Amino acid sequence: MGIEVNGRKIDWIENESVSKLLKRMKYTFPLVVVKINKDIVLRSEFNNKIIPDNSKIDVVHMISGG
Amino acid sequence: MKKNNFNEIKKVLANSSIGIAGLGGLGSNAAVSLARAGVGRLVLIDFDIIEEENLNRQYYFFDQIGKRKVEAIEDNIKRINPEIKLDLHNIKLEKGFMSKLFSDVDVIIEALDDAKIKTEFIEEILLNLPSKSIVAASGVTGYGNSERIKTRKLGNLYLCYDDKALSSEDDMLFAPRVCLIANWQANIAIEILLGEKFGH
Repeated sequence: MGIEVNGRKIDWIENESVSKLLKRMKYTFPLVVVKINKDIVLRSEFNNKIIPDNSKIDVVHMISGG
Repeated sequence: MKKNNFNEIKKVLANSSIGIAGLGGLGSNAAVSLARAGVGRLVLIDFDIIEEENLNRQYYFFDQIGKRKVEAIEDNIKRINPEIKLDLHNIKLEKGFMSKLFSDVDVIIEALDDAKIKTEFIEEILLNLPSKSIVAASGVTGYGNSERIKTRKLGNLYLCYDDKALSSEDDMLFAPRVCLIANWQANIAIEILLGEKFGH
């Protein structure tokens, strides 16, 4: 049992939401794009979306400037 | 890439279209680069007018201050390539309606400046146009550190990314690094258009 976040293997925790995972990873950036197994998770779903076991998660953060 | 493919490559690019959201430092430079590369049609969106402070990185000229960016970029691109087809939209992208102008382009470039709007735009494109490739950028401020810039590929989302860069509220924007990343985005867009057929 385990998940992979940005290439890093970590323990899977039952009933962990995206918000809780971001907190556990100490990702404090407010504006992130999250994909679970290639599917986009909207920020409005971060509190409810539960991380499935064995999933591969990508987190990127958006920085102002252009 | 083989030399005998050159004509075919030019034909593919001439029949391709790229949409660019934002015509600031990223968008104006990417648009000019793609026009030079021979992309046949660009869909360009911005609501802003040119200010003097934009000239440190954006593809405009002193005598264009006060002009709408969509009109100035049209003038500048047509001086390079009068044949290119430009769809210009002088509008602000509003949440909930961000993807509609991009439904018929081959590749989308995110060239916005505010992190929140960048995030909203990427979310809407991935949700509403899931089969479309989008090339975004995050972390363009400062100077040097070119080797920190990477491409993160998450499915159809390609992110030109320096995750150590600061926000433009906390660091300056300079032409070399902004133009580098704008052209990095343009380079990925070309790779998406040609890669499958002609290799990388």
